[in-house]
Amino acid sequence: MSRIADTFEALQARGRKALIPYVTAGFPFADITPALMHGMVEAGADVIELGVPFSDPMADGPVIQKAGEKALQLGIGLAEVLEMVRVFRQRNSATPVVLMGYANPVERYEQQRGPGSFARDCAACGVDGVLVVDYPPEECEQFGAELRGSGIDLIFLLAPTSTTERMQQVARVARGYVYYVSLKGVTGSGALKTEEVAAMLPRIREHVKIPVGVGFGIRDAQTARAIASTADAVVMGSRIIELIEDQPHERVVGVTIDFLRQIRKALDA
Amino acid sequence: MLQYDQPDTRGHFGPYGGSFVSETLTHAIDELRAAYARYQNDPDFIAEFRSELAHYVGRPSPVYHAARMSRELGGAQIYLKREDLNHTGAHKINNVIGQAMLARRMGKPRIIAETGAGQHGVATATICARYGLECVVYMGAEDVKRQSPNVYRMQLLGARVVPVESGSRTLKDALNEAMRDWVANVDNTFYIIGTVAGPHPYPMMVRDFQSVIGTECLTQMPELLGPGRQPDAVVACVGGGSNAMGIFYPYIAHEAVQLIGVEAAGQGLDSGKHSASLERGSPGVLHGNRTYILQDENGQITETHSISAGLDYPGVGPEHAWLQDTGRARYVGITDDEALAAFHHLCRTEGIIPALESSHAVAYAMQLAPTMAPGQAILVNLSGRGDKDIGTVADLAGGEYFDRPSQQGATVKGARA
Repeated sequence: MSRIADTFEALQARGRKALIPYVTAGFPFADITPALMHGMVEAGADVIELGVPFSDPMADGPVIQKAGEKALQLGIGLAEVLEMVRVFRQRNSATPVVLMGYANPVERYEQQRGPGSFARDCAACGVDGVLVVDYPPEECEQFGAELRGSGIDLIFLLAPTSTTERMQQVARVARGYVYYVSLKGVTGSGALKTEEVAAMLPRIREHVKIPVGVGFGIRDAQTARAIASTADAVVMGSRIIELIEDQPHERVVGVTIDFLRQIRKALDA
Repeated sequence: MLQYDQPDTRGHFGPYGGSFVSETLTHAIDELRAAYARYQNDPDFIAEFRSELAHYVGRPSPVYHAARMSRELGGAQIYLKREDLNHTGAHKINNVIGQAMLARRMGKPRIIAETGAGQHGVATATICARYGLECVVYMGAEDVKRQSPNVYRMQLLGARVVPVESGSRTLKDALNEAMRDWVANVDNTFYIIGTVAGPHPYPMMVRDFQSVIGTECLTQMPELLGPGRQPDAVVACVGGGSNAMGIFYPYIAHEAVQLIGVEAAGQGLDSGKHSASLERGSPGVLHGNRTYILQDENGQITETHSISAGLDYPGVGPEHAWLQDTGRARYVGITDDEALAAFHHLCRTEGIIPALESSHAVAYAMQLAPTMAPGQAILVNLSGRGDKDIGTVADLAGGEYFDRPSQQGATVKGARA
């Protein structure tokens, strides 16, 4: 069983919901990511989503796009992101790490290093799951097979516009958890309606038998708690990026820990 | 005749094309695919499309024998397909009418578009005015500056132009922003893509709407060259590649006709400052399709350059990628300087001011013609007219040109005191 499945099983046994913070790798400083990941775990993160910077992040809002541009300026590519995970794994062998990004850097990585290299290197560095925003199920059969062969979960999105047929299709191929995009819009949008999410989750669960996480637009403890009352996990990204974008190096980890502790407390209350 | 049946049912041209979009858009794409499948062979839809092209756009556009230019070059005869004579000044209007007709049938009252040079934006704003649809056009902040006459035209037509400040502030960033708008407003919004790129069905659908260009040529050329004769070569500029696909597509089966796409070589193919994705790019995934793109070793999209805002794009339609790989078309580069020289040459020899985009195709025809016999024929797609570019040309030539002569103040007759 994968580290992701283990984690969700342990949480469910204790009646708890997963907290999944997202941060763009190499943001706001190229060397800070492994320390930031350890801090997130210390504050109560159960899974970490690590954003792979891409020059044209179509599904992300301005906050995450800016973070990606900064990381790119600092020279962070996919190889550097994998190295960050390897460093994180030297001191943490329990917390699942999911890479989140876009198809092109992954395809380029394989062009340069040979077919199957991405899945192999992910496994070697300790990556547990991969979410490629612009790889829908019908375009990544081979990619999915390679990841499965290396024991890595391929995670898929569902959205308010997803049809029943789509839910069934995603249910057949998704591993680890399914990420439900809580609103029509890009990351960091302000239009989240918790009651709409609550109404959608039972429909998804009719088809999807693995845990369902919810993200996009969750900005505070109150909303996180409301979402967690129906979802298995809450994902928070843009708000964390905003909090750390102007912090000096020595404050980044502390600010993140303080914020995530509040969220953790709300989820467990 | 060559058998050609692309794309497959999932929108693939060989390994290219496809539909690489985030989940939120999947439903919108499915809806569009269903709507296009329903209407593309519907007699009422086709009749209305043809009527719009005839009475609103002014089709068929003529093919013109550039006799003086051909004589001076001393080789093959050059013919120009005059898409510059269309309403709004370019081929873009053909496709926009088709998509706007679909939007009406799908009950989508709001239209979004992205534009580089502004020709697609102007065409979209025009149709939205005609059909009473809300129109929002995304345009890179850099392009807003260099194409200001088109920005004002769009505003006159009732569109809202949104300058995009992210990334390189050009066409690719406008495309990203339009995609984001679409994700957020997918219920009431139709995204009119201006070129043969994007997720399936866009590359196929835009090609189909634009193929009116080549289809007209198939009957017009024999009238000029003699019964049964087609040109020896068809030349068109390629940014995203919609005017080129429009003229190439009906000729693909005619194997004796060479198809030549002309990319923007900018300051030179090896200068790093160009937009030649087919000649200097590599396969990748961008804006919803797999195609040739300009990227660095990490798969990040690199900045492009062209004198022509309409060619300044780091990708290309996936069908061009396939035509290049299979050898059915070949792709060459023309530099900024060569395009500019061709621009001036066509102005002076034929009395036609071409768009800087089209000037790339003219420039290559000028190189090709002297290598061919006077009995041979080159058909160039003159995709648009150059009114929008005269400010750029004047700046480069150090010419006297005022973009906004005396618009403010009491010297304008009729101005309110």
